[in-house]
Amino acid sequence: MKIKTLLASAAVALGLAAGAYADGHEKTKVGFVFVGPIGDGGWTYEHNKGRLAVEEALGDAVETVYVENVAEGPDSERVMTQMALDGADLIFTTSFGYMDPTINIAAKFPDVKFEHATGYKRSDNVSTYSARFYEGRAIQGHIAGKMTKSNIIGYIASYPIPEVIRGINAAYIHAAKVNPDVEFKIIWAYTWFDPAKEADAARALIEQGADVVLQHTDSTAPQAAAQEAGNVVTFGQASDMGQYAPFPRVSSIIDDWAPYYIARTQAVIDGTWESTDTWDGIGAGMVAIGEISDAVPADVKEEALAMKAAIADGSYHPFTGPLKKQDGSDWLADGEVADDGTLAGMNFYVEGLTGEIPQ
Amino acid sequence: MDLSVINPILLIAALMSAATPILLAATGELVVERAGVLNLGVEGMMILGAICGFAIAVETGSPLTGFIAAALGGAVLSLLFAFLTQITLANQVASGLALTLFGLGLSALLGQGYVGIKPPRMADFNFGPLADIPVIGPILFSHDPILYFGLLLVAMVWAVLKFTRAGLVLRAVGENHDAAHALGYKVVRIRTLAIMFGGACAGMGGAYISLIRVPQWTEGMTAGVGWIALALVVFASWKPWRVLLGAYLFGGITQLQLNLQGAGVAIPVEYLAMSPYVITIIVLVVLSADKSAAPGSLGRTFHASH
Amino acid sequence: MIRLEKRPQPSRFFAYVTPLLAVLATFLFGGLLFAALGKDPVQSIMTIFWEPLFGEFAFYYRPQLLIKGAPLVLIAIGLSLGFKAGIWNIGAEGQYIMGALFGAGMGLAFYPTESVLIFPAMVLAGAFGGWAWAMIPALLKVKFGTNEILVSLMLVYVAEQFLASMSLGLLKNPEGFGFPGSRNLQQYASAHNAEIIAGSGMHWGVVAALIAVIFAYVLLARHRLGFAVRVTGEAPRAARFSGVNPSRLLLFCLGTSGMLAGLAGLFEVSGPAGQVSIDFNVGYGFTAIIVAFLGRLHPIGIVLAGLLMALTYIGGDIAQSQLGLPAAAIQVFQGMLLFFLLALDLFTNYRLQFGRTEAA
Repeated sequence: MKIKTLLASAAVALGLAAGAYADGHEKTKVGFVFVGPIGDGGWTYEHNKGRLAVEEALGDAVETVYVENVAEGPDSERVMTQMALDGADLIFTTSFGYMDPTINIAAKFPDVKFEHATGYKRSDNVSTYSARFYEGRAIQGHIAGKMTKSNIIGYIASYPIPEVIRGINAAYIHAAKVNPDVEFKIIWAYTWFDPAKEADAARALIEQGADVVLQHTDSTAPQAAAQEAGNVVTFGQASDMGQYAPFPRVSSIIDDWAPYYIARTQAVIDGTWESTDTWDGIGAGMVAIGEISDAVPADVKEEALAMKAAIADGSYHPFTGPLKKQDGSDWLADGEVADDGTLAGMNFYVEGLTGEIPQ
Repeated sequence: MDLSVINPILLIAALMSAATPILLAATGELVVERAGVLNLGVEGMMILGAICGFAIAVETGSPLTGFIAAALGGAVLSLLFAFLTQITLANQVASGLALTLFGLGLSALLGQGYVGIKPPRMADFNFGPLADIPVIGPILFSHDPILYFGLLLVAMVWAVLKFTRAGLVLRAVGENHDAAHALGYKVVRIRTLAIMFGGACAGMGGAYISLIRVPQWTEGMTAGVGWIALALVVFASWKPWRVLLGAYLFGGITQLQLNLQGAGVAIPVEYLAMSPYVITIIVLVVLSADKSAAPGSLGRTFHASH
Repeated sequence: MIRLEKRPQPSRFFAYVTPLLAVLATFLFGGLLFAALGKDPVQSIMTIFWEPLFGEFAFYYRPQLLIKGAPLVLIAIGLSLGFKAGIWNIGAEGQYIMGALFGAGMGLAFYPTESVLIFPAMVLAGAFGGWAWAMIPALLKVKFGTNEILVSLMLVYVAEQFLASMSLGLLKNPEGFGFPGSRNLQQYASAHNAEIIAGSGMHWGVVAALIAVIFAYVLLARHRLGFAVRVTGEAPRAARFSGVNPSRLLLFCLGTSGMLAGLAGLFEVSGPAGQVSIDFNVGYGFTAIIVAFLGRLHPIGIVLAGLLMALTYIGGDIAQSQLGLPAAAIQVFQGMLLFFLLALDLFTNYRLQFGRTEAA
């Protein structure tokens, strides 16, 4: 195809140009494609913090560029192409919907390295990376199960996709473990971002008796709703949401992309970059647990930190049998640990959760 | 499924709060449209109000000052629309859409330093013992002052439009601007004032989201509320009390669908999520027996030398 | 005192000159904005307007103008017919979604059969989807007199929920490990709306947009229906006397605009986008309303306006990455451009009159 040869020759020309400076004069250029605005206070905000960390850590050796609010589809292909044409050596594409565009563009620029977040398609110059947020969910579930007095835990979910379902299951398993009477009320917001709707969902859950609200949407709206209600516990999501500590926010799950971004950029600088599939959790520092506040009783905090340590060193897996699926069929035998394939595509509830996953 | 967990009293109280941003913006837009101007820039004015209100409330520590700033911000932005449509006689639909685009961008620029900050909270209006009356207390006497202001605003707009000379002139301008002009009314001046009023109301509606309902600042946080407000004016066939009804209906259905989910009702979620829009259409069809039409000059450009 | 006087005929001179003036004014004020943000104003504006057209990589960006502009033009052409007749379809975004869903659904129903008939069937399905979605406000208006602005707008939100439901349910890729989104039609040869000449940006959607432009031009200039559209917009009562059936005109205008929006959705989902996903729609249906008015509701004007909007999107993204301008600044800049284009159009239809003149 003509465009491919054209682009490839342009890429080669650039590659040669960059190669000419390979003695260290040329900065390594790292591009970031963001799906939302960097001021969203959640998903994109944290990715951008990772970008800034790369600049800080590697200083003059790197130059980073980014484009925000890039729609999935042809716009993202154009932005990636543009970055590659402008001489980017490494491009992070930070939304699931960029998966096929990333693969397409990577095929046209074999000398540029691509890193796609949360997808499952890889090639020689495309790596994937994602975080095991469910590890943090397990710790949240434990604290939530201990803290609830009404035994009703509200959960604001976004869309019924494996990532979200995994989080619900992880939280439920660990809440039910310490509190068998616990009940989960789940509201699917069908949006990633609508602060007003998230606030409404939180209020609806609180009015229906929930005294712990977990959220898988990114705004602090549910935190504010909980604070208004007075006696409701929440957890920060995506970023620390520390402005609501020590109460209602008693802890948080934080996306920390900085270590990964720095390591991968360094690998490109060193010429050691290889296509990999990374799914890191608490152990590698990709998922951080925000400070557990004093509103949590000391013994519960201790247990939570012990669980965090066990997950981090690999001695405990949040999905360890015996576990059954919602319909009562066996899933994991005693001591058996869920494999990554099942977790990645999880589309069922575990036993004890009520309601159905919307389809 | 257990419907008894839904408390109708709390549901009504919640829907009143949820409806307030739409109510404020729609009431403002109603006045604009009654003056014969169609301003599709409500979303842009709301989001600008949201950031102006938020920023000023954070800087001064006073939510009330924030709301005043939001009203000013919305009004100033609407002046741009007034200039385009009243002075340079540009097309109203396109100008309104451009205003939304501009407002979204401008608010994001202004808001860069305000992400992740918690604004000062506005205390509920204190009704003393009234708030303790069962049923009526939580519904009527447990809200913030802006919510009551919204209700008052509807009543005021209704009274002014219906009983005062100013209202009569405004309606005359909206019905037939050429005739109004012939009678010696300053069409452009009246419309500009109406547009500014609409902008101020939209700005306050936006600030209600960023200061009370959510409360935080994030880019694009109004998430389409301005469009709903626009639809509501048509839904209400340009009558203030019906705007109130429509806002509560819309807010109510949204609240109800969230509550039904919480109660575990096994209706597919996406159909629940689309229900407010579908029901609005159905209600519209039912209400269509009422043939009260749009203001005669709505959306048409006025030039005095016709 | 300065007065405005309506020109008996729109000025041809100003019709050509005002867009240039508007662009220059935007350069000035946009430059001030960029300077205020600490960027080099000249460089910023060059990056947005020059880089995609004549820069080093223009060979790549020029075809992208077609890809970005085609759906805008296709939708705007349809909308302009209705707008001319005073029929307000502002729900093109929903019709765009439904066209994509129907079209993609048709194609995926045949997966993995390969046949030359599949793509034409998808085109028909896409056109039908958009048409049918637009028929809802049209029929409700004819039957009950409900306002088409409101109904078509509400149906956008319904369509968005429907899109989410389809991406997560019926149309979900069975080999996608449970992730949302359909199969990629780019990898299904019979359903792929590929570029007709590789690297040119010319896919069937661009061709359809060109056909629509010619069709609209001929219709408005030569055909009785075009006359009905114009006269209804300018003088509804006169239209009735001259035998125009308002209901039929409404069905025609809403149906055509829905159909074209549906086609735009179909060509997008089967070509540049490739798949149905939750966030498939990116606002083309709303931007097209601006494009229609910027183009003065004239077919050729719409083509130019569509390409101009596409240029600012593409150049804006380049400026973001090369110069670190925030997306919000680009949005403000686009807003300014629209304001100036709209405001300065005054001089096409009016002339400034200095000193006091007798009112006619």
